[in-house]
Amino acid sequence: MILDDFFWRAVIAGMGVAILAGPLGCFVIWRRMSYLGDTMAHSALLGVALGIFLEVDLIFGVFVVAIAVAMILFIFQRQKQLANDAVLGTLSHASLAMGVLAISLMSWVHVDLMGYLFGDILAVDMTDLYWIYGGGLLIMLIFLWLWRPLLALTFDSELAQAEGVPVIRVQLIFMLLIAAVIALSMKIIGILLVTSLLIIPVSAARRFSRTPEQMALGGALIGMASVGLGLWASLQIDTPSGPSIVIAAVLFFFAANLFPLRKFQ
Amino acid sequence: MPTKIETAANFSTAKEKKQILLQTENMSLFAGEQELLSGVSLTVSAGEIVTIIGPNGAGKTTLFRVLLGVIPPNTGSIYKKPNLRIGYLPQKITVDPILPLSVSRIMNLTGNFSVRQIENVLDETGVLSLKNKPVYQLSGGEFQRVMLARTLLINPELLVLDEPVQGVDYMGESELYKLIGNLRNKHGCGVLMVSHDLHVVMASTDRVLCLNRHVCCEGEPEDVSQHPEYLRLFGLDSGSALAVYSHHHDHTHQLSGTLREDRP
Repeated sequence: MILDDFFWRAVIAGMGVAILAGPLGCFVIWRRMSYLGDTMAHSALLGVALGIFLEVDLIFGVFVVAIAVAMILFIFQRQKQLANDAVLGTLSHASLAMGVLAISLMSWVHVDLMGYLFGDILAVDMTDLYWIYGGGLLIMLIFLWLWRPLLALTFDSELAQAEGVPVIRVQLIFMLLIAAVIALSMKIIGILLVTSLLIIPVSAARRFSRTPEQMALGGALIGMASVGLGLWASLQIDTPSGPSIVIAAVLFFFAANLFPLRKFQ
Repeated sequence: MPTKIETAANFSTAKEKKQILLQTENMSLFAGEQELLSGVSLTVSAGEIVTIIGPNGAGKTTLFRVLLGVIPPNTGSIYKKPNLRIGYLPQKITVDPILPLSVSRIMNLTGNFSVRQIENVLDETGVLSLKNKPVYQLSGGEFQRVMLARTLLINPELLVLDEPVQGVDYMGESELYKLIGNLRNKHGCGVLMVSHDLHVVMASTDRVLCLNRHVCCEGEPEDVSQHPEYLRLFGLDSGSALAVYSHHHDHTHQLSGTLREDRP
């Protein structure tokens, strides 16, 4: 059976997260949240440590910690003492450092740090596929319902609020979904690079998009192509999967911008 | 205490005739210790244009947020005609080129309007030809006309316009005010708007309310422009036409980016 092969498991898992990354990634760049995504992703190692410590699935541990970080951010943003980038930078590095420390303190388990930081196609097992496709379907359904209000508040939150969009609730649900996608993509792309899958494919797709939906779809397709190409290269030349996928996505990004199709719509 | 100027005899009679759309009484809003709005009373009736002027940070946008029901006031009351349909144009929105939105698409961000309805309102504000254009390519004046068209979709009884001429060049400003006046005449709706400048808005408003956390003075534009409170607020030593004109230059300069600050 095809799923017995580690490579095909990785491909199918990667395609799943690339499909999710298209629509969610659009909003990450439209709402200028790429550094926020990065901060949540960097906390993932702490989530891994938590998962190992509590002996629960690592995806669940990462999800919980990413949400905790998002909530801390949300509180800090409201009190406005510190500039946003300073808060993000502090949290991002604090959680990464805590993650590395926590894992090195748990000397009784062997943790492949490189694998978590940069992705490892050998690590994807059947449980991960269930998580990605089961959880992914749920994320997609919630996101379909969130799409219109989120687009309205991205255009202008004041206007959206006046027209009856529950702005805070929509933002919080969006953060939850980002945390979930980060948790699901971690094994393939790696903690340090996970937000690139949210950002690079949709940026490449921008050039060929006239509507928000086209950009989301284009981002998903380019993301899938990046996963395919990156994993293939990873297998051929024995490189970590995350960086290979990211380089593939960057190639698509440059190709898209060199393409003399028509001017930026 | 607000000083009311009611020299025009027809003012009070007009008020009796016309249906009141929106009325606040002695409304205050606090942020902690700080009083953002202090005892604001205002009334907008059908078919009437009321303009709020005031310096930066006077609470104009905050007042709109309260009137739209986004934040509740701490004291005082707001009356709205039952099921009042409000068309709202927020302060200048900047749309990043990374977001691929066409003009007709932003008409349907929260509503479900037909192509015909959208074309009708775009035609009304003279921007039908921009229907398929990406929003980020619009000029300041084009964008405000598109957003004004957007407020008409719900067949509004009251237009709430926060700095409708922001980002519009000087020639375009009076054109846009004229358009707002025409829309009022055609739809019979009330208009409540914020303007940075009494000088330009004077010809197209029925009543002016000068706001600086509290209502400093209120009345017809000619009267307000002579009112000591108004002159004090805008730092003028006399009410001559020349002084009002130089005040205009002051604010055009500030327009290029500093007017957003009373937005949280």
